[in-house]
Amino acid sequence: MHKQTRTVRRGAIALGLLAGALFLARCPPSAPKGGKAAATVSDLQVAAMKTYVAPGDLDEFYLFSSGGHSGQVYVYGVPSMRHLTTIPVFTPYPGTGYGFDDDTKKMLGGLTWGDAHHPALSETNGDYDGRWLFINEMNGRVARIDLRDFKTKEIFGPAPNISGNHGSSFVTPNTEYALMSSRFSIPIPKGTYASIDKYATEYKGVAAGIKIDPQSGNMSLGWEVLLPPFDWDLGDAGKGPSDGWFFLTCYNAERATGKLEVTASQRDRDYIVAINWREAEKAAKEGKGDMVGGVKVLDPKKIPGLAYLMPCGKSPHGVDVSPDGKWIIGSGKLAGITTAFNFEKVMTAVRNKNFTGDEDGIPVLKYEDIKDAEVPVGLGPLHTQFGPDGWAYTSLFVDSAIAKWKLGTWEVVDKVPMSYSIGHLAAAEGDTMHPKGKYLVGLNKLSHGRHLSVGPSQPESSQLVDITEEKMKLLYDAFTEPEPHYAQMIKADKLHPIEIYPKAENKHPLAIWDVKDAGPVRQGDKVTVKTVVVRSTITPTSVEVKQGDTVMFAITNIEQTTDELHGFGLLDYNLNLVIDPGETKTVTFRADKPGVFPYYCTNFCSALHQEMQGYLIVKPK
Amino acid sequence: MKPFIEKSNRILGSPLGYGPRGIILVAALLLVPAFVSPLWTMTMYAPQYPNGLRLQIYSHKLEGGNGGQDVKEINILNHYIGMKDLTTEDFTEFKWLPFVVGALGLLFLRGVVFGTVGNLLDITILFAYFSLFSLWSFAYKLWAYGHNLAPSAAVKVAPFMPPLFGGKQLANFEVYSYPAASSYALGGTAVALIVALLWSWQTARRELPSVSAGAAVGAASRAAS
Repeated sequence: MHKQTRTVRRGAIALGLLAGALFLARCPPSAPKGGKAAATVSDLQVAAMKTYVAPGDLDEFYLFSSGGHSGQVYVYGVPSMRHLTTIPVFTPYPGTGYGFDDDTKKMLGGLTWGDAHHPALSETNGDYDGRWLFINEMNGRVARIDLRDFKTKEIFGPAPNISGNHGSSFVTPNTEYALMSSRFSIPIPKGTYASIDKYATEYKGVAAGIKIDPQSGNMSLGWEVLLPPFDWDLGDAGKGPSDGWFFLTCYNAERATGKLEVTASQRDRDYIVAINWREAEKAAKEGKGDMVGGVKVLDPKKIPGLAYLMPCGKSPHGVDVSPDGKWIIGSGKLAGITTAFNFEKVMTAVRNKNFTGDEDGIPVLKYEDIKDAEVPVGLGPLHTQFGPDGWAYTSLFVDSAIAKWKLGTWEVVDKVPMSYSIGHLAAAEGDTMHPKGKYLVGLNKLSHGRHLSVGPSQPESSQLVDITEEKMKLLYDAFTEPEPHYAQMIKADKLHPIEIYPKAENKHPLAIWDVKDAGPVRQGDKVTVKTVVVRSTITPTSVEVKQGDTVMFAITNIEQTTDELHGFGLLDYNLNLVIDPGETKTVTFRADKPGVFPYYCTNFCSALHQEMQGYLIVKPK
Repeated sequence: MKPFIEKSNRILGSPLGYGPRGIILVAALLLVPAFVSPLWTMTMYAPQYPNGLRLQIYSHKLEGGNGGQDVKEINILNHYIGMKDLTTEDFTEFKWLPFVVGALGLLFLRGVVFGTVGNLLDITILFAYFSLFSLWSFAYKLWAYGHNLAPSAAVKVAPFMPPLFGGKQLANFEVYSYPAASSYALGGTAVALIVALLWSWQTARRELPSVSAGAAVGAASRAAS
């Protein structure tokens, strides 16, 4: 009996120890708990219905997405997220012959890439008017796309003194100006030498107002303002009460060099500079400023009232003005909050001269004086877009989510995860005075294999979110060309693009409309070949020139039928043009290679497209 | 007091039975995984890392998941908050841990061959000390990594203690820390040693001669020495 008790006791102890060991034997969960629960079948059905655009049906919105370092603009339909077309801007694009014909080649100015970041639709009274799309590029350029034909019409720049034009193009409410600014301060004018240890004093930031002609849309330099050597990052134009001001964020208020990820992250606050562009316009008109790099540059030290510095959360990225123009929303990307600055308070502080000091002559306002609220949106807030009724949507890079909050009550009501690492976001007309709501697109940096694998060069992801209800709902994953930064979403019925170039409008001096007029004309060693393309012949069908001649093909597509594009590919001479119906394009080259070179229609046009061909015969010297 | 000490002394001097020796052998074998499989696993999830980042801590090395890439990734992320890089060279533990486990193993085998209850008690206490010291050392390491953050870091975070056991939300990361296979084996070693000790102690006590006889044995041994 006694022995039995002992055995039982021993057994109990052993079991207890085992149980203890088993209690300790725990594992991490196989998936993060924080991840949202999988969508239910009915959720998916709703999402499918909301994004399904039946064959032949049209989307409700256009999305103009920046192509980043691909240099292009990509056009998507929303809600289908179908890629509709690519508008080549800063990079040659054989698909439409862009950068091969004389005009677009000249417009590219010898550069074959551009880092296109922030598209801006032209505005009238603070709302999109559907006329033009502007987009900046890091090499100091801004391009204008005409939305009548979705073609890049003008590339302005490289602007003098501007270095690393990231904080751009952000047009004013009546498209008076687009903004340019230096992300990488340098000694100016360009070409000036100063060693890196002179960074804090000899290097300069510059912001420029690019004047836009209200009729033609043509761009010219309006004014330049000298700024401290911070890294000027992103901007927005004021509207309503804040109309007349540009707001531009910076990091590196430390004026540091070297390993900026550390050295430029030491201060708790950087700045948003508020530039009074009406004052700048006035000063420029009065001829104020010092000549630098061939243009007058306004120095805020000498022109009081031109600019003020608003302290903002550490290393801010985006700055966005609320639809009513009352608030300026600045997000310190290394902070967990977004700050709503009250424009009225900014003006009061300016009037009362409540400054804490200055940076190179620009007065610094007090953070406490000008802020209305700090909104606890989440980690890594970057950019804010707006919906109707005061809703604001802030992208959170670190949290990889979008936070929805309310202007005025500053209450965060919802978050939706993004896959993955969202940068910009674009709501329907979400940066205008009258946002449309309904849809929001998160422009994500990483897709991490949410798609069929396509190797290491993974596409970016753009996710469509439904914002019609209290809770945001993810509707659709689209995979976009590199690399979407900002985008603009406009109601489709605001655009009325043409589908052919009307013959009556073609004023090209070399345009011809009859095959009888086609053929080469020689002037010395220059040969101009007036050419007609129409289904299914390129006239002339052969051209003979001498080696060393400068040859220009002036090609008119005399079709007036939609979608009857013709190509002109010249083999071994690296040339390809695409000419739209009613359009005339020229291409000029030196016929330095003797021999026989076929040219042919590259853009499929008709049943006898294959027969649409000819020969360039280059007779040796 | 004196009778207790005398009785204990006699128990400690008793040779071990085959059963406890077998269990000690098992305990010794359970040390082997410590050389080949991880002691601890940390798993980190973030929205951008839906599949998680994994860190496996062996007795002699750190190993990242995804073919070692996860350690590099963790170090890249931690550099933003000024945390020191996790490197195998930084852990003095990796130098002495395998040696101590080996030495313990040899002591266990000595117990199996020549063992007395006293040997068994010694190795049990040594093993308990080793286990607790290692655990403290690991916990201290975690504390130190989370508290010695470079003041120049781009992102300033409050000093923090990563979880030693269980899950914790740290910024955008869900961090889980749990013992792994070889720690369970070491747990098994502890259980085995305790079972062997209880068993042999009970056996020795039961098999002790009567108190007077015991006193005589005690006297005899004293006389012999």
